Amino acid sequence: MGEAIVITSGKGGVGKTTTSANIGTALALMGKKVCLIDTDIGLRNLDVIMGLENRIIYDIVDVIQERCKLNQALIKDKRFDFLALLPAAQTSDKSAVTIEGMKKIVTELKQEYDYIIIDCPAGIEQGFQNAIAGADKAIVVTTPEKSSVRDADRIVGLLEKQDMESPKLVINRIRNHMMKNGDMIEIDDIVQILSIDLIGIVIDDDEVIKASNSGNPVALQPNSKASIAYRNIARRILGETVPLQSLESEKGMFKKMKKFFGMRV
Amino acid sequence: MHDKKQLITIKGTREGLTLFIDDSCSFDEAIEELQDKLFTNPPKDDEPVVSVRVKLNNRYLNDEQKEKLKSIISYESRFTIHSFESDVLLRKDALSWKEESEIKAVNRIVRSGQVLEVKGDLLLIGDVNPGGKVVSTGNIYIMGSLYGIAHAGFEGDRNAFIAASFMKPSQLRIANYISRAPDYESDGVYMECGLIDEEFDKIIIDRLQVLSSKRKELSGFERRMQNG
Repeated sequence: MGEAIVITSGKGGVGKTTTSANIGTALALMGKKVCLIDTDIGLRNLDVIMGLENRIIYDIVDVIQERCKLNQALIKDKRFDFLALLPAAQTSDKSAVTIEGMKKIVTELKQEYDYIIIDCPAGIEQGFQNAIAGADKAIVVTTPEKSSVRDADRIVGLLEKQDMESPKLVINRIRNHMMKNGDMIEIDDIVQILSIDLIGIVIDDDEVIKASNSGNPVALQPNSKASIAYRNIARRILGETVPLQSLESEKGMFKKMKKFFGMRV
Repeated sequence: MHDKKQLITIKGTREGLTLFIDDSCSFDEAIEELQDKLFTNPPKDDEPVVSVRVKLNNRYLNDEQKEKLKSIISYESRFTIHSFESDVLLRKDALSWKEESEIKAVNRIVRSGQVLEVKGDLLLIGDVNPGGKVVSTGNIYIMGSLYGIAHAGFEGDRNAFIAASFMKPSQLRIANYISRAPDYESDGVYMECGLIDEEFDKIIIDRLQVLSSKRKELSGFERRMQNG
């Protein structure tokens, strides 16, 4: 029986879809059976970042409206045997997805896969409610910006009303030099405000954009900073390999890594 | 008439007159005797207006009865009613009194977009995040950080105040006063409170210690009882 994790943020553009793609890829790298679900009806992106856009035949709305079987709509990844994607619909009406429909799909997928990663649309309306409906756990993505933290806080409040364990936090798009100068909200402050467990921090890395454009998630790269960060998050999700590192050691790790890169360059 | 027990007793004190109404007779009987008493010995025209306290002992008066009593006593404006004092009170009133004088302890984080509303005093163990709001009819005590909005004395209690372990609020509201954070970036303050300053007629933030002089009634358990 697998576990369904919803990746959400409230605010748009903080990297939900990128995080979903990379956590899914990293988990698959570790040999887990993973299924990604894109629930952003009308604005699907996850397939693009995964480089699977041209393989879509059926989508989630087709499954819910029973125009096809669930297995027919799943797209097998080109790199991993046990990584699949259930794409969002591009043209259908948003209201086509229902909470019951989502729950049914997730329950069915849980039989087959170890991890179901649900990519949530921005906002707190029906799309959000659908996305969290079938989830057992949630990961909230935020960036070190006031508006993004504010929305993450709102989302955590809404998630607390659901019957799931306390969400985990990913802080995305950290710019080291800005944080040092005090131009960005500090990680400690974000964690203190949201008061949920931090499961990972991801540096703002040009590689992420390059990778997304090429359809190969950055987590596949052996040693880019963001790639290691995403793989660490995946390890922490597994809960066995790496214990949740404290913020200090995390920072230390990045320092070490910087030195490492400095030596190589 | 002299062998009958007196239903109405009037005593003069420094503050004015105190009117005792016997609590074992019917309301109508008492009214009748009161009218007798007042109209048989009318005070002289040049006497000043006297304030009257009405002591009812174990009698409960509804609003209609109070109105009637008022109209008799203040007839031709020779007396004014200072207060009604009764030893009994409605169960409903007692319960709402209790509710309003209680301290409600809440243990949670009030996050962005959430509103926590209570009757009486609020003791919040946790933070009020930016965009969150707490509202109470009494005082607000926050063991945590206040970043959002706090509104004390929601129903108009100007004596209400807001105390927090740490505060950097976006707004403080007390009764119908509103103050907001300055437009420039400022540090928060530790162990301070916000209250209405009567002199400046606005909300000020000061050290918690000033409460012991400015809100003395706080230490009394029955403070709300006295305020009614």
